[in-house]
Amino acid sequence: MDANPSRRVTARPHLPVVLAALAVMVVAAAVLPLGYVIAATIDTGWSTAAALLFRPRVAELLTNTVLLVVVTVPICVAVGVTAAWLVERTQVPGATVWAVLLAAPLAVPAFVNSYSWVTAVPSLGGLSGGVLIASLSYFPLVYIPAAATLRRLDPAVEESARALGATPWAVFFRIVLPQLRVALAGGALLVSLHLLAEYGAFVFIRFDTFTTAIFEQYQSTFNGTAATMLAGVLVLLCLTLLVIESVVRGSARYARIGPGVARRAVPAQLGWRYTPISLLFLALVIVASLGVPIVSVFRWLAIGGWAVWNWDVVGSTLTQTLGFGLAGAAVTCVLAFPIAWISVRHPGRFSRGLESSTYISSSLPGIVVALALVTVSIRYLHPLYQSVPVVIAAYALLFVPRALVNLRAGLAQAPVGLEEAAQSLGVAPLTAIVRVTLRLAAPATAAAGALVFLGIVTELTATLLLAPTGTRTLSMQFWSLSSEIDYAGAAPYALIMIVLSLPMTYVLFNQSKKAAGL
Amino acid sequence: MTYALEVQRLDKSYDGAPVLRHIAFGVEPGSTTAIVGPSGCGKTTLLRLIAGFEKPDNGTISLTGRVVAGDGWMPPHRRSVGYVAQDGALFPHATVGANIGFGLPRRSRKNSTISRLLEMVSLDPSFASRRPDQLSGGQQQRVALARALAREPELMLLDEPFSALDAGLRATTRRIVADVLAQARITTILVTHDQPEALSFADQVAVMSDGRLAQIGTPREIYATPISIATAQFIGDAVILPAHIDGNRARCALGDIPVALNNIQGKCQIMLRPEQIDVTTNSIGITGTVADIEYLGSEMLLAIQVDTTNNAAPQMVTVRRLGGATLLTPGKRIGIRVLGEAIAYRN
Repeated sequence: MDANPSRRVTARPHLPVVLAALAVMVVAAAVLPLGYVIAATIDTGWSTAAALLFRPRVAELLTNTVLLVVVTVPICVAVGVTAAWLVERTQVPGATVWAVLLAAPLAVPAFVNSYSWVTAVPSLGGLSGGVLIASLSYFPLVYIPAAATLRRLDPAVEESARALGATPWAVFFRIVLPQLRVALAGGALLVSLHLLAEYGAFVFIRFDTFTTAIFEQYQSTFNGTAATMLAGVLVLLCLTLLVIESVVRGSARYARIGPGVARRAVPAQLGWRYTPISLLFLALVIVASLGVPIVSVFRWLAIGGWAVWNWDVVGSTLTQTLGFGLAGAAVTCVLAFPIAWISVRHPGRFSRGLESSTYISSSLPGIVVALALVTVSIRYLHPLYQSVPVVIAAYALLFVPRALVNLRAGLAQAPVGLEEAAQSLGVAPLTAIVRVTLRLAAPATAAAGALVFLGIVTELTATLLLAPTGTRTLSMQFWSLSSEIDYAGAAPYALIMIVLSLPMTYVLFNQSKKAAGL
Repeated sequence: MTYALEVQRLDKSYDGAPVLRHIAFGVEPGSTTAIVGPSGCGKTTLLRLIAGFEKPDNGTISLTGRVVAGDGWMPPHRRSVGYVAQDGALFPHATVGANIGFGLPRRSRKNSTISRLLEMVSLDPSFASRRPDQLSGGQQQRVALARALAREPELMLLDEPFSALDAGLRATTRRIVADVLAQARITTILVTHDQPEALSFADQVAVMSDGRLAQIGTPREIYATPISIATAQFIGDAVILPAHIDGNRARCALGDIPVALNNIQGKCQIMLRPEQIDVTTNSIGITGTVADIEYLGSEMLLAIQVDTTNNAAPQMVTVRRLGGATLLTPGKRIGIRVLGEAIAYRN
């Protein structure tokens, strides 16, 4: 009884200085893009900034971007929650198969999805096209945490509500939905950030958002100031979303009160009336988000025949992509490690500060990170401009949180008690960390690396802007071929990206079974 | 003679709140000491200091005459101290065999060694290839003990190793562990909040309360002559009665009874163990009525309303009887007799 959890908290050892210094350095680098935008805005001066910002074009971009977010996010939430509820809480036929299929659209990069739809329905465009493609690409970001939370909710709470006279619908809206608030707020934030950051998908359907406009501005005129001012507005939008999310989430904690393990809920019967409608809904979602891209890619492969498989180019593209992916994953995991260690072993204000800084900076769109790195490397580190280290740095900045979430979970699975046990068996402290803690965290580290790796494989925006001349990655190759309307030539690269991304979906799906949220 | 473990004036506090104050005691080689106390009294902290997982603020810890904390520092992996945690702390990624061999040099991690250690804790050698999650709680604890025994430590620390086990398993596991440690003649310290466990397991019992060492002695001393009423009640059931002492006799609701001499005279309180109070069915001498019976199977607890004598206030006492005493029913008139001496405490 004496071994209460509070002992572990009070007996907290001192923060290791070297580790803390490393973590602070990583965070400082992560804050760089934000600092760059602020510094550049101050540099530009008010009158120039005003001239660049208050013009009809910016108003149009702002309208487009805000409308995109305002329309797409509710659709994603509605689709995600409905799908999650059907799969987790009803006797819909084939629930286990649907559960996996609904997460799978994440394996299709949004720009590949857009390419598939545009080549199937060429009239697609504008806001409606953007909303359609974005909803189909991003609803799993709501579905996965919602399903995970539904699975963990204590059914006893819902049963008590029923016993108090609430109808099933009332239970859903008054009991279940409020408990999903944290998961939904997190999922909606992820969707919004993706909407702000996406480039390729919207270029295909000629829908202008801030990100596409910044890219265009930068590429057509190399007008750094104009692009940076637009980036400033984009950053403000991002920060606004972070604030909205934290307000919506509130300080709510929907933990289970009471001891013991929660039972699984008894799945609701849909009956003869709702079963066909539910199946139709799920089938429509899967066909539109997964079926269309796959059929489309294979259609183009069939049209192109063997000719599109230029094995030399495919081989070198694949090799380069794997190289970038592996190097980026390794660097990102190493950089995330000190932060993860401190947040698990020395929780407190310092660790929370570290985590939230990396979180804020990596919620900035890839285009902003890329612009910042371009400017910094041109001005201060010229030899590094358009070099591999800068690309890797961009990947690390963008994907540190993905690694962090996994590393933290992994380290949390190796309690200090095991290290102490190893020491009492005559093993030196550092050896104990290697033989016990790192060994136990190895699967989670592998998952962290895999997620970062697959993020890099399908990254387009920062890669286009930063990669050294002559670089050919899968996403770049796909992009340049499809931009030249060589849809058949682009198809092999789309297929390889989808196949490579499938494991990521699997990892995410498995992870969600263990911890709520992404 | 050199103590296997000697602790001198040990202090420890967390964020300014003292957890241990002036702890001092010695443990003889080959002996078994149980540290008991309520939750939060600091007993686990004391064990962690001895193991070397934490450093004391003041005071010294010596192992076989060598200072390991205080005036100098020896990290846990250099101390010849085995440690078995409450949950066993088996490495989940390693097999039972790899767990047991963890602390051994690579060349001594032989199957024969692992098998011998498994047999020591009464487990079949075939367990070596299993994973910790395939074992029951009691088996995990025995593997944790085998793992700690592998390095033949001079001192074995057991941190409530049986508390997570259910009653039956706890008794068997405790007996196996006690036998193994006694045969290997390893000095042992057991931390527990279970008094019967402490009394049955140890040669020496240390009672802790609020970060201090309240009393240390043999189980008999601790049980028969506890230093305070609080200690008396912590270590077992106690009947506390107001009394007046004159010489070596105490006048109380149970009549004139002998007290152990400890310089207390006049008004005070005395303590008797329930088994010191005998009840008979012929109601002569001190008498009373059975008010309530709590039946526990092998034994039963009787709440007895004692008839007023000696102008004492009406008094309820608890008495322990064998469970087969079926003649005793609520309302039954009985006679009461006190065996042995009472212990007196100042008010």
